[in-house]
Amino acid sequence: MDWIMQPWPWYVSGAAIALVMLLLLLVGRNFGMSSNLRTFCTMCGAGKTSEFFRFDWKEQQWNLIVVVGAIIGGFIAAHYLTADPAVAINPVTVAELNTLGFESAGKAYLPTELFSSGVFSEPATLGLLALGGFLVGFGARYAGGCTSGHAISGLSNLQWPSLLAVIGFFAGGMVMIYFLFPLIF
Amino acid sequence: MRSLSYLLIGILFGITMFKSEAASWFRIYEMFKFDAFHMYGIIGTAVVLGVIIVQAIKRFKVKSFYGDPIQFEPKEKSVPRYLIGGFIFGLGWALAGACPGPMFTLVGAGYLPILIVIAGAVLGTWAYGLVKEKLPH
Repeated sequence: MDWIMQPWPWYVSGAAIALVMLLLLLVGRNFGMSSNLRTFCTMCGAGKTSEFFRFDWKEQQWNLIVVVGAIIGGFIAAHYLTADPAVAINPVTVAELNTLGFESAGKAYLPTELFSSGVFSEPATLGLLALGGFLVGFGARYAGGCTSGHAISGLSNLQWPSLLAVIGFFAGGMVMIYFLFPLIF
Repeated sequence: MRSLSYLLIGILFGITMFKSEAASWFRIYEMFKFDAFHMYGIIGTAVVLGVIIVQAIKRFKVKSFYGDPIQFEPKEKSVPRYLIGGFIFGLGWALAGACPGPMFTLVGAGYLPILIVIAGAVLGTWAYGLVKEKLPH
């Protein structure tokens, strides 16, 4: 059982994701996580502001239960299935991140510079986190899906729109990291 | 029963996101820098198996556990919305280091600042709903 405490290799991880998609199809649903963000908006009353949010959110209750499961899964994995949370990224990447100011690279699961509870007293960091989330939420709905809906479900169904979306994901990600990170960090 | 099946699938998903390190900001950075095969291996394996699964479901007309036909809703044909929307998503994915699935996983793992990212994502979704009609689709 020691393997389960180690980071899972890519082939086990990829197969597990395909299994999640298969199981959702077999219970009559589709794999797509970002639509939950729209459901949250509707539950908060956003239907008053835009027709886009006027739908019966109870139809999406199943996906909210998947979200609760994902939270519980994160808790189980982090607390009971992980011996050492440090992510062993490429040493070249570690050195690069160190020069950008990320001292925690190679030593933690998430950069402490962005995700330790100390950031709650750092308005600039909070602003970056909120901005990152905002772009994810806006972009996912604009593109009609995120990594699960397009990169996994959409590509699995050989849908051209999903390939375009994934090309967009990578173009945006590379612009952020190659051009904007040196300006931000 | 159905609710329990959704919950269990969600738990499997959450554990997978954390243990695969796909929920790690560092792995996303490394992916966009092309410094490791890890994330490409994960997505590639999932897609190759996914294509086989979807083709098998279509060919053998597999039904759901509840006897209904399994349907795939095709995405509407368009170019700008996928490229522009995808580009904006990519900017955020790289900055926050998490896409919508892993965001929830990280709440359970105890990284509370991710709640700010989620709040931002809900706001971003809401903003899209407000300006949707004015955007090229």
